[in-house]
Amino acid sequence: MPVYFTTDHEWIAVDGDIAMIGITNYAQSALGDVVYVELPAVGKTFAKGDEAAVVESVKAASEVYAAVSGTVTEVNDALVDEPAKVNAAPETDGWFLKLKLADPAELDGLMSRSAYDDYCESL
Amino acid sequence: MRYHPLTADDRAAMLAAIGTGSVDDLFAAIPADKRVDGLLNLPRGATELSVERTLGRMAAKNVPAGSVPFFVGAGAYKHHVPATVDHLIQRSEFLTAYTPYQPEVSQGTLQVLFEFQTQVARLTGMEVANASMYDGSTGTAEAVLMAHRLTRRSKAVVSGGLHPHYRGVVRTVTTMSGGTVSDLPPDPEGTEDILAAIDDTTSCVVVQSPSFYGHLVDLRPIAEKAHAHGALLVAVFTEVVALGLIEPPGAQGADIVVGEGQSLGNALSFGGPYVGLFATREKFVRQMPGRLCGETVDADGQRGFVLTLSTREQHIRRDKATSNICTNAGLCATAFSIHMSMLGGAGLEKLARLNHANAVKLAGLLTAIPGVEVLNDSFFNEFTIRVPGDAAAIVEQLAGRGILAGVPATRLEPRHPELSDLLVVASTEVNTDEDRAAFAAALAEVLG
Amino acid sequence: MTMNTQGRPTAPTASAPLPASPTFTGNRGLDIAEPLIFEVGRREVSGVDIEDAGETPFRLGGHARKTPLDLPGLTEPETMRHYVRLSTQNYAIDLGLYPLGSCTMKHNPRLNEKMARLPGFADVHPLQPLGTVSGAIELVAECGRWLLEMTGMASVAMSPKAGAHGEMCGMAAIKAAIKARGEDRTIVLVPESAHGTNPATAAQLGFKVVSIPARADGTVDPEAVKAKLSPQVAAIMLTNPNTCGLFERDIVAIAEAVHAAGAYFYADGANFNAIVGKTRPGDLGVDAMHINLHKTFSTPHGGGGPGAGPVVLSDKLAPFAPVPFVRFADDGSAEFVETRKQAAGSATPFGRITAFHGQMGMFVRALSYMLAHGADGLRQASEDAVLNANYVKAQLMDVMTLPFGDVPVMHEVLFDDRFLEGTGVTTLDFAKAMIDEGFHPMTMYFPLVVHGALLIEPTESESKAGLDQFVGALRHLVERAKAGEVEAFKAAPVFAPRRRLDETAAARNPRLAWRAPEPEGRVAAE
Repeated sequence: MPVYFTTDHEWIAVDGDIAMIGITNYAQSALGDVVYVELPAVGKTFAKGDEAAVVESVKAASEVYAAVSGTVTEVNDALVDEPAKVNAAPETDGWFLKLKLADPAELDGLMSRSAYDDYCESL
Repeated sequence: MRYHPLTADDRAAMLAAIGTGSVDDLFAAIPADKRVDGLLNLPRGATELSVERTLGRMAAKNVPAGSVPFFVGAGAYKHHVPATVDHLIQRSEFLTAYTPYQPEVSQGTLQVLFEFQTQVARLTGMEVANASMYDGSTGTAEAVLMAHRLTRRSKAVVSGGLHPHYRGVVRTVTTMSGGTVSDLPPDPEGTEDILAAIDDTTSCVVVQSPSFYGHLVDLRPIAEKAHAHGALLVAVFTEVVALGLIEPPGAQGADIVVGEGQSLGNALSFGGPYVGLFATREKFVRQMPGRLCGETVDADGQRGFVLTLSTREQHIRRDKATSNICTNAGLCATAFSIHMSMLGGAGLEKLARLNHANAVKLAGLLTAIPGVEVLNDSFFNEFTIRVPGDAAAIVEQLAGRGILAGVPATRLEPRHPELSDLLVVASTEVNTDEDRAAFAAALAEVLG
Repeated sequence: MTMNTQGRPTAPTASAPLPASPTFTGNRGLDIAEPLIFEVGRREVSGVDIEDAGETPFRLGGHARKTPLDLPGLTEPETMRHYVRLSTQNYAIDLGLYPLGSCTMKHNPRLNEKMARLPGFADVHPLQPLGTVSGAIELVAECGRWLLEMTGMASVAMSPKAGAHGEMCGMAAIKAAIKARGEDRTIVLVPESAHGTNPATAAQLGFKVVSIPARADGTVDPEAVKAKLSPQVAAIMLTNPNTCGLFERDIVAIAEAVHAAGAYFYADGANFNAIVGKTRPGDLGVDAMHINLHKTFSTPHGGGGPGAGPVVLSDKLAPFAPVPFVRFADDGSAEFVETRKQAAGSATPFGRITAFHGQMGMFVRALSYMLAHGADGLRQASEDAVLNANYVKAQLMDVMTLPFGDVPVMHEVLFDDRFLEGTGVTTLDFAKAMIDEGFHPMTMYFPLVVHGALLIEPTESESKAGLDQFVGALRHLVERAKAGEVEAFKAAPVFAPRRRLDETAAARNPRLAWRAPEPEGRVAAE
């Protein structure tokens, strides 16, 4: 399954026309203990760059953007009761939402893992 | 100057340590042509005795509420505050502490706030309350903005029984932030049909009970209709003592309850500082404005308290904060909480009962005066009378006879001359039978 | 002569180690644990004796409570104990140095408290007949007059309840003035170093916030402002002296650029205490500025308020000030304008921002402070505040790190956390260790433009000896950090009523009101 990254520290794992979105290990570490996650309603449609979810730690709050355009097919409800999953497993159990891709070509503009790792190094 | 510990020698030694010749060098970043050499039109410093004389002379020109038969309410109420309250809030550790940003050395303030929040939640019949707003009026405006966020709508329907100043604040703040307000006309008779004003574009309905004119309002049908249209009910009160006797708004379906807490623990003080009470349902807490104190444990497992859910607030969320409020009414909330703790549930009920009884007695005396009519079927400690004549002129005449008789409705509603014969009068536990008799006799004489 | 020979020893015997077991009560001498009122109070108990209401009929029209009010009460002695014990768990300016940068924790003279409690001020109602409160109106006007003299501005709105409320008032006046010009400007410029209230206020009034980056020396570059100015820009909100403790040296150029673009200059006056009697905001081109009476003029912070935030306005904005206000006739007589209708003719107020007239209790305290200081004392206060901050800087800059180099600062000095690099100690750890030294920590992690910020504001209320002890403590802590005592820092504080609190747990599972514990049997059954 191909995985892409953004400069907003999100990852996008693509399976067919479904994109699963979460925040990277770098992002969870910078935020600190995640205490609250706000997820969108299933069926909601986002354009690329829209604010799709919110993630909060004690000292910081951040938006999670729709890295690609699409319609929400599923959200990770488990995060509502257990936001700590974002810290424990940001790139697996800590996923935020799944989007049905509106325009798969948008994926071309995203980073590979190695490019993202280089980007984090540069910060 | 008695407040400045540095001596001339200290200053010289410190300048030497800094490596600069004069204190003015430290101000070099101020453009030379913009510097001033002191404040020419202001006097030099004064002794403590001299300041007391100056301010004492100003204070002496005013008529304190406690010095006359006093029946002025309309959003601020004269109550007796136990001496203990004022002593305790002058403890250095409450008076001269900052916002509890360092919880390890602020548990006193934090526990008081936690107790305050619990008291306010129980009084209003709600689940959670914040650590205070500036006052009831700004709290009401914040409640409207919160309702806009929760409903993603922007029109507030505002009752004609809401305190006219509160209506002014709601209108100013709401329209400045891009919302709209649908105002019902002043409702001195307590007969408005607010249900008809609620529709699918309404974000919230704002209703005060007891109303500005003293009427007790059944909030249940309003909550029902609001909820049926996806709107919220914002219930407002200006006299918190009423909650000792009347059904709390939370039990009647209110979604946000805001009110003025001045009556408990706080002086009239010509309008401020007061303390805004703000309570809501747990599910709405993330859209709540203001500070929140929460329970937790420390590294040793001991119970302790911290400011929490701060990501709602301006210092973290900046332009996406739920409100710009920072400093609130901490010490006034402390005074409120101490007074409430001293009263207890049964004590507040008894105090409320006495207030109501005093107002009922006053209504009886005033109704007996020919030409005077009480407009209220129901009321708590305040009601509206119609007088044969101009209420504002009558209040002035009564003041001339040493009686402060209430608030003419037109003082707050100057664009409604049809209200010119209405007077809003309050009677709390501070009034004696003699006070009420003196008021009634003087009014009868003035109307003579 | 008879002698009682069973006397107690009058000198301590050999000192024993501290007992390992906790005390029966959980108390530690003067450190007394205090439960919540909900755990000790009882509904039927009261510390207030209330006259019986007698047999008067009810006129509640069916609105009476249906359930008893479930709130605990305490008798008077219990009340005194409860709150006095709680108070001993607080730090306070009366207890020691409270160097919270940008918060101005200075001495709170008790004369001010006494004056605010005069019945002629404390016991007057905001809606009494005006003839019975002429002294109160005089006081509001006199407090305002001092503020105008100090700031060189045209007019003052006294009703804002705190600094952020003042920001809203000033920005609302700007919005109204722009509307009156028939324009629609939607952008407000805010430097990155600003207090969070600035962007929050602008957003609350429907403005879009555009950030201005700070230049390398910690101040705002007029060129960076010019780059963002356009016909869409309504105002800039600028704190001066800024939150890095620096005077914005290009403030006049910034003001001129802002005005040339048809925008207004809002100044955040949180740090006005550094410049009273040294320069006047009105001369610098400011259009509106709030003044935190609880900072510059020493009204007590009370654990988070009440504050007071009067806003001084330029002549361009004066007509839009909210009601109520005091208007002066040519003969000097004061008129109290309470409504927009009354204001008509000379002014077009943008509305009303609070029910009554503002924080009278704070005006009395502030005026008492101003009168006591006088013109000379106020200037001295600014100079001593600035001198103290520069002295702290001079005594610490060889062991701590200054983000903007060795330049004179105003009333506060900002350090960054480079001096902690490699020690494993963070700004937070360093701040918590100060608690064990008997000081309240400085402002930490603010402003955001500096990494691991430590912002120290000593104020003019500290003696040189007090500052020397403070400096000594900080130097000692730096030494310990560099000596590798990271574990001790992580454990701090140890000498406080509580150790570090679990803020993550508090936020993940918020407990915002007390709830009676579940009966034990039920918990066990689960």
